[in-house]
Amino acid sequence: MDLNLKVWRQAGPDAPGRFETYAMRGVSEDMSFLELFDVLNEQLEGRGEEPVAFDHDCREGICGSCAMMIGGRAHGPETGTATCQLHLRKLVDGDTIAVEPWRAAGFPIIKDLAVDRAAFDRIVEAGGYITAPTGSARDANEILVPKEAADAAMDAAACIGCGACVAACPNGAAQLFTAAKYSHLSLLPQGQPERYTRVVALVEETERWFGSCTNHGECEKACPKEISIDFIALLNRDYVKAQLKNRALTGQKR
Amino acid sequence: MTTLDAKIPAGPIAEKWDNHKFSAKLVNPANKRKFEVIVVGSGLAGASAGATLGELGYRVTMLTFHDSPRRAHSIAAQGGINAAKNYRNDGDSVHRLFYDTVKGGDYRAREANVYRLAQVSVNIIDQCVAQGVPFAREYGGLLDNRSFGGAQVSRTFYARGQTGQQLLLGAYQALARQVHLGNVKLHNRTEMLDLVVKDGVACGVVARDLITGEVRSFSGHAVVLATGGYGNAFYLSTNAKASNVTAAWRAHRRGALMANPCYTQIHPTCIPASDDFQSKLTLMSESLRNDGRIWVPRDAGDARSPDQIPESDRDYYLERRYPAFGNLVPRDVASRAAKREVDEGRGVGPLKNGVYLDFGAAIARLGRSVIEQRYGNLFQMYERIAGEDPYTVPMRIYPAVHYTMGGLWVDYNLMSNVPGLYVLGEANFSDHGANRLGASALMQGLADGYFVLPATIGDFLAPLLGTEPVPTDDPAFREAEAAVGEQVRRLLSSTGSHPVDHFHRELGKILWDNCGMTRTAESLDRALTDIPALRDEFWSDVRVLGENESFNQSLEKAGRVADFLEFGELLVRDARHREESCGGHFRVEHQTEEGEALRNDDDFAYVAAWEWTGDSARPTLHEEPLAFENVALAQRSYK
Repeated sequence: MDLNLKVWRQAGPDAPGRFETYAMRGVSEDMSFLELFDVLNEQLEGRGEEPVAFDHDCREGICGSCAMMIGGRAHGPETGTATCQLHLRKLVDGDTIAVEPWRAAGFPIIKDLAVDRAAFDRIVEAGGYITAPTGSARDANEILVPKEAADAAMDAAACIGCGACVAACPNGAAQLFTAAKYSHLSLLPQGQPERYTRVVALVEETERWFGSCTNHGECEKACPKEISIDFIALLNRDYVKAQLKNRALTGQKR
Repeated sequence: MTTLDAKIPAGPIAEKWDNHKFSAKLVNPANKRKFEVIVVGSGLAGASAGATLGELGYRVTMLTFHDSPRRAHSIAAQGGINAAKNYRNDGDSVHRLFYDTVKGGDYRAREANVYRLAQVSVNIIDQCVAQGVPFAREYGGLLDNRSFGGAQVSRTFYARGQTGQQLLLGAYQALARQVHLGNVKLHNRTEMLDLVVKDGVACGVVARDLITGEVRSFSGHAVVLATGGYGNAFYLSTNAKASNVTAAWRAHRRGALMANPCYTQIHPTCIPASDDFQSKLTLMSESLRNDGRIWVPRDAGDARSPDQIPESDRDYYLERRYPAFGNLVPRDVASRAAKREVDEGRGVGPLKNGVYLDFGAAIARLGRSVIEQRYGNLFQMYERIAGEDPYTVPMRIYPAVHYTMGGLWVDYNLMSNVPGLYVLGEANFSDHGANRLGASALMQGLADGYFVLPATIGDFLAPLLGTEPVPTDDPAFREAEAAVGEQVRRLLSSTGSHPVDHFHRELGKILWDNCGMTRTAESLDRALTDIPALRDEFWSDVRVLGENESFNQSLEKAGRVADFLEFGELLVRDARHREESCGGHFRVEHQTEEGEALRNDDDFAYVAAWEWTGDSARPTLHEEPLAFENVALAQRSYK
């Protein structure tokens, strides 16, 4: 099949960017979208032009490295699919497709399609964990976790940290990412002791780097792991509760 | 040649680890902050080590070439993690996990290490649950288990088909907490390119900032490598694209011994390649073999679609040849059996390069929803890649390079022969012998990082109290920095005609064809001619565009492939020297009448640890003899 790619090229964080058009002729529909970029890059290198920089690694949809706006949509047209798992058979022969980096103030561009997502690490560092130093754990089966809770926590924990939710959000908000991490930990019995300090730490760190959530719902549509926006409701509810709880827990007056 | 001392503690095997921990020197809590430890790599082993050392109070510097520690390739492990909990009451025990691992490794692993691994396996599950890893549960709230290849008990804990992801997130979150507390300094997108050794002791690393190109030194009292395996030497593998041997190889060139590099694991259940552009192969978790039945048409050339082939014309060859273990034989056995079927013309699919993995019977027995719960995401992944629905059409699978049992040599303390250099996880060679059992990689990575290294490193550090790390303006650092800078300059000034991937693909083809699932003296000799020739061609004909001072993925790749081109030769040389078959190393000359691997315990019951001499054709061999005092050496049988 044939595809015309309009690819965002930008030499560095502060360099001006532009679209370059590349005609891809006779490519196999069994190829993945990243393999299409491998072919493009080999062609560019053959011509002595610098290849397109893009993050990728596992190519199995789990590491969360790959990140492209394809035709204006984070990870492209197929729902529940990361860029690396998008195969050309899902695209239309002869189409012209714009390929851009994640567009969000929280993710500065490094080069071409590669962006800096370190802000996600800062959010997890602020509170995306359960404090359990190595060696302090009791026997695993002493903690009973209802299957429904484990399943719901796993639904949230499936987040791969790719940033599609932010890229898709008109506000550049990261609430789905944060809510997924929060819900994973706070739906489990192990996560209860730190629940209300966690929610404050996570929400406030998120707001430092990203825009605010106004319930557009674009994030859920873009998420390659189809994480539910309901988790944002849990995050918001607990954040409100925390304003009262944390005062009570520390012995302050209401 | 010298004989290596693995420093295995004396005493009965069940008491070695406890006694050893008691006799090890300790660093008191207030003094721990006076020690700098550099951890390279942020997968299960690296992240768990970094987090635990930070919790203990050491000052940790963590390097990862990824944009975030969470991207390390441990994240892609699907099926599960073994532990000798015996929650199923099916006869499991520490001793049985130990026995299964030694046997599964075809009697080429170090008994004492494996026993310790089985012992701490139970602590790992406790630790991970406490961190909030959402393992699968029964309705009563207890942990669920599944079984895996090479075992007759159910001892595998899992989190859907994303166990590696959840375990890594657990370790990453523990690490993130330490970063927040200031105990761990994290440097992302920073790639180690050399090890610094002064007076025979490891004292730091030289790394390149992948965004700015700045070459920078990090100095510490000890260096911990947790940099993964070298499966990508084969180009097509289930490894992530960036996984590489560079850190381990650079340490090797600085004196660390490389052990058993020929032990490579070919995983039996991957999606067969579909065309030449394929950039990697995708694994389908081995756990699928719990409920899927493997078969091929009884007759070569049978072109009917699978639903048209009646039971009487199918050959469930694993169940037929190995009735006791059936579809759950270990990986090496399953892979070679699949290769035999395909080589004899009974392969399936458009390229006749696969075998069926059929869930028809399981769906009829358990219902679609149970199968969906167990393997839903794997089925979805298969459907995306292959374009077929595995609920109705059997999956097609074929073996692919997956894991490497070989790696840098370490003693019982996980320290290499270079004092101060520790090696964890897949990067070391220690626990899996010549073949790793399913769900044991996650166990080993976390055992090394959470429980073993934190208990052994103090013994090395304690006597260094009061010393400062070697300053980074020391000549040893200057020399290593200059060497790294020189290699970068040499790669960027190349004016050849082929991109890096061309050479990587060629190397992969040489290795797969000559040193893959089966090996002969002849094929290995051929590879030993072809690889050095390809390496020369690489240095005269490669083309690397761009500059050092910006994000340059071609340059990163070029350095990694350059190291694979040196390492690949050692891999083949090791395979050539080992005149026996064992586990993942199958020499056609050495097989039983039934076509199974035939070991030579009289001559090869040792670890082959190779020393870099400056001449890639003449590495020096060192041997660590393997003593089997608790498991009797036997021909492996899964019948």
